[in-house]
Amino acid sequence: MWQTLDDFYWTYQSLIHGIGVNGILALSIYVVLAVGQLSLGQAAFMGVGAYTGALLTVKFGTPFAVSMAAAAAVPALIALVVGGPTLRLTGVYLAIATIGLGEITRIVFLNWEYAGGALGLSGIPEKGGVLAIYGTLAVVLIALILVARSRIGRAMEAMREDEAAAGVMGVNLPRYRMTALVVSSSLAGIAGCLSAHVSSFIGPNEYGFETAVTILSYALLGGIGSPVAPVLGAAILTLLPEVLRPLADFRLMVNGLIIVVAVLFMPRGILPWRIARTG
Amino acid sequence: MLEQQLVNGVVLGATYALFALGFTLMFGVMGVINLTYGVYFAVGAFAALWSTQALSLPIAAALPLGALIAGVIAVAIDTLLLTRLRKAKAPELASLMVTLGATLFLYAGMAASLGTEIRRFPAAVFDGGAYDLGAVRIGTTQILIFGAAVALVVALMALVRGSRLGLAIRAVAENPDAAALMGINGGLMLRVVSFLSGAIGGAAGVLVGLNFNAIQPFMGEHMMLRGFAVIIVGGLGDLRGALAAGLLLGFAEVLTAAYVSSTFKDLTAFALLVATLWFRPLGLFGRAAAKRA
Repeated sequence: MWQTLDDFYWTYQSLIHGIGVNGILALSIYVVLAVGQLSLGQAAFMGVGAYTGALLTVKFGTPFAVSMAAAAAVPALIALVVGGPTLRLTGVYLAIATIGLGEITRIVFLNWEYAGGALGLSGIPEKGGVLAIYGTLAVVLIALILVARSRIGRAMEAMREDEAAAGVMGVNLPRYRMTALVVSSSLAGIAGCLSAHVSSFIGPNEYGFETAVTILSYALLGGIGSPVAPVLGAAILTLLPEVLRPLADFRLMVNGLIIVVAVLFMPRGILPWRIARTG
Repeated sequence: MLEQQLVNGVVLGATYALFALGFTLMFGVMGVINLTYGVYFAVGAFAALWSTQALSLPIAAALPLGALIAGVIAVAIDTLLLTRLRKAKAPELASLMVTLGATLFLYAGMAASLGTEIRRFPAAVFDGGAYDLGAVRIGTTQILIFGAAVALVVALMALVRGSRLGLAIRAVAENPDAAALMGINGGLMLRVVSFLSGAIGGAAGVLVGLNFNAIQPFMGEHMMLRGFAVIIVGGLGDLRGALAAGLLLGFAEVLTAAYVSSTFKDLTAFALLVATLWFRPLGLFGRAAAKRA
């Protein structure tokens, strides 16, 4: 029995890690979408976290916990700095600004020789693992469910449905937006650091535009009615390419088709129910 | 040296402007980020390639044919994907994602059916002759690209600003419901705009494919991110702005590569994009609109 489980784990190791990491990324985009913002900067923040954590571990030999803390803090600081001017934008403008910031980040990593430049960083010790990944995912998920059930969650939903009305009701819009962006960047950074420490290699092109839209599609497929939904979306979209492996070249076509069908026919995601409130 | 750089900058800029024209038209009228636009760029180039090879048409016939095919495909895709969302007045996130899914589908489909290797126009199709003007060397394709960009801006401006069709298009862009009450067929106008922008994207694909003589399914992807920069710097939906911003970006990239460092060349577009959004979100020529809840 244990032997079988062990074999299963070794065969599907990267897939098991991927589902957990992508679940955290899905929660990261959920936090900004939940206050009605459309940000495509998650991949860049993930990259910043991955590089911060990996550089600390590889070049300075810091303990895993320290690398993780830094990987959570640095993206949050960057979000705090760029958030001011960026969050004045809304809708598609915000989306495009975050695409631009993401590309700038990618090009900086690409040309940063200390961090390996275009070759990326390899030989990152494998310190993360199933426990670290799923432990983080569980803690974040529970925290976000508690927030969503509270008064804050109500304010967030009000902002998402009608910003002007929420503002009139006394919701401090700029503060909610900024907090959401900072928390979301921090989560993306944590996910990046975790994935860097299980895959042992990171490269600048892993955190580009495609990654950003992939992360967005997790939340879109799952829905954003509750924090559980985007995690489910991430699990499905991570498993899908494996299940569709026999289709080879047509796999990506099916992936694209599923996104189209999901948006057109399930606009609220596959888990549309709203969370119950306590506050 | 500087003169040649300036010429290169103009041509590169015209390439960006040409690509961005259709993008900004689509964006300005429909108010959605349509990510499938990069696909029309490749479709136009492949259609022209096919017509020169299989039908052995001259490039003067292959260019309009490529544009036509790209335009028709654009209308089909727009109708298929966005009609339902428009009816439901879905948020812009939904239309962004649906075009994203379609883009994944189309790119993967093109790569699977056409192959990812780089294809070239037959040598006989177009002689890449060049003129030497003292220190400067200009290719015929380059002149064609610049001419096409300027001519398209003038023609589109004339259409949008100076005809009844253009008035109807602007009315739909401003307020679809009010336009419908005035007897304008909104669906038809959207199809016209889809066709025009798809055709422009396709034509840009043919010309850029000719200039670099390299055609492959993902050729539009690289242009899309630059296209975002151009339409934002120029102002969303602003045709004149797209031309100016395209040229500006072309100059900025060429001069950065020549005098600063080629690693910063790729950064230029996004630095311009972010700076515009931070300090002048309406773009070069934009004017603030009244905000209503």
